[in-house]
Amino acid sequence: MPQTISVVENILNANDRLAEENRARLDAAGVFSINLIASPGAGKTSLIEQTLPRLKGRLRVAAVDGDIATSLDSDRAAAAGADASVQINTGGECHLDAVMLRGALDRLDLTQFDLLIVENVGNLICPANFKLGTHKTVLVASVPEGDDKPYKYPATYRGVDTLVINKIDLLPYVPFRMDYFQRGVQALNPGVVTFPLSCITGEGFDGWIQWLIENTRKE
Amino acid sequence: MHELPVTQSLLKIALDHAERANAKKVLGLNIVMGELSSMVDDSVQFYWDIIAKDTIAENAVLRFRRVPAELQCLSCAEKYHPTDGEFICPKCGNIGAKIIAGEEFLLESIDVE
Ligand SMILES: Nc1nc2c(ncn2[C@@H]2O[C@H](COP(=O)(O)OP(=O)(O)OP(=O)(O)O)[C@@H](O)[C@H]2O)c(=O)[nH]1
Ligand SMILES: [Mg+2]
Ligand SMILES: [Zn+2]
Repeated sequence: MPQTISVVENILNANDRLAEENRARLDAAGVFSINLIASPGAGKTSLIEQTLPRLKGRLRVAAVDGDIATSLDSDRAAAAGADASVQINTGGECHLDAVMLRGALDRLDLTQFDLLIVENVGNLICPANFKLGTHKTVLVASVPEGDDKPYKYPATYRGVDTLVINKIDLLPYVPFRMDYFQRGVQALNPGVVTFPLSCITGEGFDGWIQWLIENTRKE
Repeated sequence: MHELPVTQSLLKIALDHAERANAKKVLGLNIVMGELSSMVDDSVQFYWDIIAKDTIAENAVLRFRRVPAELQCLSCAEKYHPTDGEFICPKCGNIGAKIIAGEEFLLESIDVE
């Protein structure tokens, strides 16, 4: 006899459950964690490089870098003074997922850190769909990408907790309407905190560093 | 986006529930797909035909119920369907809205025998 069985299960459930486990491990160790997502070249690694020296002596930081291949980015994080640096090669996958972060957490003694910075694979679409279990998702936008990105990638802009707008040193050279960009951001994600800054000149870093320290202290 | 892992997950959920119900065959899957979920039903179907082969869910019919995106204005609480470009409230003209529907991606039920 044909019959219908009610299921009502979120199809991305398996990843979500693992993400919750990762979160529980981080919480148990008192580590605050962020997931940096951005398109390739927006400046995720540069942001980590500029952030680490400013946290020196204040927070113990571990960096996890996801890349399709190479350990270039985790080498840069280590050189910039990360207390630990772990590379995840995704072997072709265009995003990190909760299983991969679990593997990286296994390689770290979480009791030794206050803050975990995860650099996701450069990609504006897929990382937004796979939770890792980190506390905050930080989108790194950058001026040369153009001011229409919130409108073109609404799912990504909608789901993030914090927005860094990098490369503001290029504002005089690139057509970028900050108000148009911000309007799109606020429409999709009202009240989201934004930090316009430059990894080259260091302008705008104070607010970002303060945000990291405050959130880490809370955890 | 990632229709292959998603389809694998779909198959696993369907088979788990069918097994629990001692079903011999899965005839159909009723899937809810929000407009904002960035899933493509044609590619789910494409992968399904390959990976469901030789399981009790082979030849199951995939039915997709599309849920349109619905927003609620944060200023005046008007509910509206967003159009392309800027998400502006048609009533008060303000931007800033909460998503009420359109993000879901669920397996609602399966038909078995
Ligand atoms: N002008 C300017 N250039 C910057 C800034 N931040 C980063 N860059 C440059 O942008 C390029 C890419 O920076 P990365 O930090 O490697 O970018 P990423 O997002 O980590 O890139 P992937 O990991 O490959 O996705 C480099 O050439 C940086 O020097 C900035 O604030 N201003
Ligand atoms: Mg990088
Ligand atoms: Zn309104």
